[in-house]
Amino acid sequence: MALNSKVPKGPIKDKWTDYKNHINLVNPANKRHIDVIVVGTGLAGGSASATLAELGYNVKAFAYQDSPRRAHSIAAQGGINAAKNYQGDGDSTYRLFYDTVKGGDYRSREANVYRLAEVSANIIDQCVAQGVPFARDYGGLLDNRSFGGVLVSRTFYAKGQTGQQLLLGAYSAMNRQIARGKIEMFNRHEMLDVVVVDGKARGIIARDLITGEIERHAAHAVVIASGGYGNVYFLSTNAMGSNVTASWKIHKKGAYFANPCYTQIHPTCIPRSGDYQSKLTLMSESLRNDGRIWVPKKMEDVMAIREGRKKPTDLSEEERDYYLERRYPAFGNLVPRDVASRAAKERCDAGFGVNATGEAVYLDFKSAITRYGKEQAKIHNIENASDAKIYELGQKIVEAKYGNLFQMYEKIVDQDPYKTPMMIYPAVHYTMGGIWVDYNLMTTIPGCYAIGEANFSDHGANRLGASALMQGLADGYFVLPYTIGDYLANDIRTGKISTETPEFEAAEKEVSERINFFVNNKGTKSVDYFHKKLGKVMWDKAGMSRNGTGLKEAMEEIKAIREEFWKEVSVPGTASEMNPELEKAGRVADFLELGELFAKDALMREESCGGHFREESAELDGPQKGEAKRDDENFAFVAAWEYKGEPADAVLHKEELEFNDIELKQRSYK
Amino acid sequence: MNLTLKIWRQKDASSKGQMVDYKVTEISEHMSFLEMMDVLNEQLVNSDEEPVAFDHDCREGICGMCSMYINGEAHGPDRGVTTCQLHMRMFKDGDTITIEPFRAAAFPVIKDLVVDRSSFDRIQHAGGYISVNTSGNTQDANSIPISKHAADTAMDAATCIGCGACVATCKNSSAMLFVGAKVSQYALLPQGQVEAADRVRNMVAQMDLEGFGNCTNTGACEVECPKGISLENIARMNRELMKASV
Repeated sequence: MALNSKVPKGPIKDKWTDYKNHINLVNPANKRHIDVIVVGTGLAGGSASATLAELGYNVKAFAYQDSPRRAHSIAAQGGINAAKNYQGDGDSTYRLFYDTVKGGDYRSREANVYRLAEVSANIIDQCVAQGVPFARDYGGLLDNRSFGGVLVSRTFYAKGQTGQQLLLGAYSAMNRQIARGKIEMFNRHEMLDVVVVDGKARGIIARDLITGEIERHAAHAVVIASGGYGNVYFLSTNAMGSNVTASWKIHKKGAYFANPCYTQIHPTCIPRSGDYQSKLTLMSESLRNDGRIWVPKKMEDVMAIREGRKKPTDLSEEERDYYLERRYPAFGNLVPRDVASRAAKERCDAGFGVNATGEAVYLDFKSAITRYGKEQAKIHNIENASDAKIYELGQKIVEAKYGNLFQMYEKIVDQDPYKTPMMIYPAVHYTMGGIWVDYNLMTTIPGCYAIGEANFSDHGANRLGASALMQGLADGYFVLPYTIGDYLANDIRTGKISTETPEFEAAEKEVSERINFFVNNKGTKSVDYFHKKLGKVMWDKAGMSRNGTGLKEAMEEIKAIREEFWKEVSVPGTASEMNPELEKAGRVADFLELGELFAKDALMREESCGGHFREESAELDGPQKGEAKRDDENFAFVAAWEYKGEPADAVLHKEELEFNDIELKQRSYK
Repeated sequence: MNLTLKIWRQKDASSKGQMVDYKVTEISEHMSFLEMMDVLNEQLVNSDEEPVAFDHDCREGICGMCSMYINGEAHGPDRGVTTCQLHMRMFKDGDTITIEPFRAAAFPVIKDLVVDRSSFDRIQHAGGYISVNTSGNTQDANSIPISKHAADTAMDAATCIGCGACVATCKNSSAMLFVGAKVSQYALLPQGQVEAADRVRNMVAQMDLEGFGNCTNTGACEVECPKGISLENIARMNRELMKASV
């Protein structure tokens, strides 16, 4: 099937408006007769559910957690971007659009990104009206901060808990609709397949995670908002339950999977401390506004620190290598995530890592604390303030900005980051790849949509900070509710969709057989054993840097792990009860297929772009020496994979990316 | 570290539960409490026994899913943390650790350490929101200035993660810290004022209906709250209710 992105014609600034003016609408009286299933209730799914219900559709929402309030969007820390230009520092819709396309290394779809920038300002208005307590300045107006990869302050925030507050906003909007009976909420339910009738998505098969019962749910359209698949690496910053299952199931039923290898490695995470580790914890990128990143200049200092003979605070300014400020003077510590991650890895690979494993760099707040302290001393008319007083005053400011992050760090690492620099290292964070969607956010299965992190369109090969929350809410509040009407307008005479059809029967049978296989297999190895093994291959061979040989090996190795999994996996307990091991088994089975497609996609993409450093493709000389080398001539396309059985047999479809409003340039942050 | 764990096992809501002893060895002090539980579960799976079911997800202290009662305290002995943030350095080699589910009539056990906290959702359905159309056309966000103090105080209340430690630790199983936090967030912001009276009445009525007890100002909830939600919020809720009732 040829890909049709359905991007509207006309100037980019008018596309969305014109499109909305000409889209089919469903009359309010008819919306009552139309059912929509939303899988996932994070920022995208929660806001979509609330808005679709607000418009009058009957919504059935599904979450694997016990409440929509626990979706992993809740963990996003730093903020949400919006082109409000409240600061008067030169921001505009175009500039947000430009920064996002450039930050994504020119691998996102221009029209979608422009629309995202366009609706971004509405998101802030909407959330404030819902009671989201964004940070305010003393005049009572909204405060902003800056994030990596941009030169303006456009990030709105609620301490270091912005994701939490935005999610609770969407959750409260859902609650209002649940109370009105317009959303039927299915907590502790997992979607295990999509049902396609006459070529259209008409429902899902779900498992009640408390009773184990397999249920059929019908609807006129299905929306996948199940987030990203970073847990394919086992260790990531994702919640433990985050999985690829909903996306993978629709992929197997005909939805193309786009750019699976685009996974963001986030530069500021707490380093790994041992083999038992279950997940990695992110420290908001906003810390880089005030934290300076460095490693010692001299190897002897590195060794002294590792062996405990020296403390980082013993090193003078001259003995430290602030490598980001050195290499990228224009952006300094605020370079985008991919650049910061690669630079940290480069220093650690060269032997300058500061912890026992050699996989950590410092994020230091000393200068910021002193700077703020001096400023506060002036504000409070304290003359000749002592160093201790300056420190105390400065610490208060830093605490107000990032207190919860510092507390989180201290609890995990058992060190006080006000007194000694934090140790950080890159970790798997957010997946920019996902289900391929057109401008309407519809997948290649008619009637099946994908929104938020589950789709691929807006972030290209690298996501700038504070833009995930923006995309989730833009899709859910402002984009999907329009575009889905265009499709559903043809369904007003369809009537209730029956679940008593051969298609539902077959999908349910398949799901049940798979579950029964797991509980009856009686193998010798736990689900986690396979997941960790997969994660190691992924990190070693399809992680921050990759090469052709390694990726070919990865494909073979993952296939072998998958074969062993189906022979040897052991799942205690039964199918008809709450069984977390069984839930994990199904998810890991899907990761084992996705992982191979991921490696195949990375192998095909013989260029470095975004966070994906292809070792064969680096700048060899000139001012960009050592930086990633993109290849626009051969790879300015979206790779959309069609399922053909084994992941190795997937067929590649290309959506050529057109850039009419932004010139493709080498990304330089120097 | 080598530890003895005494864990509440209960097959489902209708079965009788009991404490069961387990041994774990080679626990590192850097592990989180839940990673220690992973070690136990891996051990159980490998001997073909059913692992202990417990709720957890983000493992960074924000989703509010994890909910254990450890040595008689909600989220265990450390202050200001959820169970997932509790680290084994809080324990000593040879310790015996008692692990139970959160106990409250309004939080029925689903299995082992997993309890049903949907009563919290139902309280929110009763009015824990501002009635605003979600499909756009709201006024500019800066059109109503909000004092920094009001925004910060609302934020302090809004940081509640809905974990239920306040209920579990309260001798009356009162949910007033949770409900107080939700009521406070909206009571402090201009956007929430129009329906403030209905909100507090409906949420409190639902809270009572769910079978949560009353507050007797013992303050245990505040002590155990991983997010430091203050008792002030209960006072504010009471004031709001009083205002709504006269």
